[in-house]
Amino acid sequence: MALQKSSNTFSIQEMIREKKNKKAKKLQIEKIVPFLLLLTAIVSVLTTIGIVFTLIAETFTFFTKVSITEFLTAQKWYPFSETNGAFGILPLISGTLKVSIIAAIVAIPIGLASAIFLSEYATDRTRRTIKPILEVLAGIPTIVYGFFALTFVTPILREVIPSLEIFNALSPGIVIGIMITPMIASLSEDAMSSVPNSMREGALALGATKFEVAIKVVLPAAISGIIASIVLAISRAIGETMIVAVAGGSTPNLNWDVTGSIQTMTAYIVQVSQGDAGYGTTIYYSIYAVGFTLFLFTLIMNLLAQFISRRFREEY
Amino acid sequence: MNATIVKPTIEAVMNHNNSKQSAKAIVYKTSGLNLWYGENHALKEINLDIHENEVTAIIGPSGCGKSTYIKTLNRMIELVPSVKTSGTIEYRGRNIFNKSYSVEELRTRVGMVFQKPNPFPKSIYENVTYGPKIHGIKDKRILDQIVEESLKGAAIWDEVKDRLNENAFGLSGGQQQRLCIARCLAVEPDVILMDEPTSALDPISTLKVEELVQELKKDFSIIIVTHNMQQAARISDKTAFFLNGEVIEFTNTDKIFSTPLDKRTEDYITGRFG
Repeated sequence: MALQKSSNTFSIQEMIREKKNKKAKKLQIEKIVPFLLLLTAIVSVLTTIGIVFTLIAETFTFFTKVSITEFLTAQKWYPFSETNGAFGILPLISGTLKVSIIAAIVAIPIGLASAIFLSEYATDRTRRTIKPILEVLAGIPTIVYGFFALTFVTPILREVIPSLEIFNALSPGIVIGIMITPMIASLSEDAMSSVPNSMREGALALGATKFEVAIKVVLPAAISGIIASIVLAISRAIGETMIVAVAGGSTPNLNWDVTGSIQTMTAYIVQVSQGDAGYGTTIYYSIYAVGFTLFLFTLIMNLLAQFISRRFREEY
Repeated sequence: MNATIVKPTIEAVMNHNNSKQSAKAIVYKTSGLNLWYGENHALKEINLDIHENEVTAIIGPSGCGKSTYIKTLNRMIELVPSVKTSGTIEYRGRNIFNKSYSVEELRTRVGMVFQKPNPFPKSIYENVTYGPKIHGIKDKRILDQIVEESLKGAAIWDEVKDRLNENAFGLSGGQQQRLCIARCLAVEPDVILMDEPTSALDPISTLKVEELVQELKKDFSIIIVTHNMQQAARISDKTAFFLNGEVIEFTNTDKIFSTPLDKRTEDYITGRFG
């Protein structure tokens, strides 16, 4: 602006002062805003505390009906049997673990390989095209994945493995793996892309190939982010509900067979919620005990992730 | 491996040192080099001969192409998309733009030190062994020896010998830069390219790196880009003055600073522009 002092009939300083007086009210808002923001933050903290509290309280009631020892060590889960009901969580845990491990076996290699490709090899244009497509996969409702597992993947697998039952651990495991792959790929790619270029140049200048740079410099430097993405993805696999409810079956079995029908912790909770277990029955309380166990699993995963990423962090 | 790029024998080096300066072997012979970033003609008809066991300084104002040139010498410039070149750069008699010349091989022979220290986020020990390790040296005793010799060579051994397993990021900027020089020495290069190695360092660290360059000259050929004309005058044997992508003058350092032939060189080194 070419304001000339002489021709000015007003002073800018004066105008600022005038505006400031009007701003006095705004200053009040400045003080209230942080308080409001704090309140919203507290809402989610309180909700979490509330959920955990309900879980613990109802789980506690459950353990007045069924002993903790039975819950943790019994090898059978027959909650619906009137005469010889059994509440051993192990078969449900085994179902959850089978599915999660299969999912991890599928997702970690594919996810990491895509992340390395996207961050180290792909041109900007390729990355800008592929990444959004990958992220669309994460937006597909899981019920769709569930029917994809049941009606598409299972029949194909049965061609290869004739002994495979219609409801099994393999098919939902693979499909959950497909579902969490973009999560690993996208988050790991973010971690790898944020490794400074000067480090790549340092290694390339020593005569390293692109692959050596990716594996021996970028991957270790980004390892904390990569581990975080993997654990997050596995937590998601452990907590995944619809895919296993649709394609996994509802037969809790304590074994390592992936071809037979299973039931995961989440699928059990769905089964009970759909049925007519009355309030106050043992079955009603059992879903809280199972839910609490599930919560412990993901909590341990998260703590583990934090520990590992702190332990292996390469600061830059 | 092609016989021409094998490091010269000790006798050959001795012979060179005994004979007159001008008879020193040529390490890099640049002929008619042009380089474009897209449409931008960044280097124009560069002709330069760089001799063995000398420090060659490249000076010039920002944007004159000096960094571009030094990055072309180990083909790091190819990381920039849309770079095109014409002409030849012969390293020890072989054109580095030749399709059959692998960049990894070239960069193993030609080390580089960057403007900002860029150690890896690993221990001091692992930083130095990174180069030897990727080229297949795994014997722990040999690696230990490489670490000690390289760190001594970079005049940082005494400062870090008791904390080799600590993260390199705990070192000061000057120490990090000398560690990067040690990392580069660990693969026993023939040439060391330095791209403004002291521009991010304080005066004392700068002095240490300069002394180190003098020391390294005995075993390596060094090409150093610098913004600092006093630095060029202090440490180099030959100086090339770049302006707008052209070499204006290239001769012995004492000559260029005392009796520059070109008016533009004189204007630049007397501080009239740049």
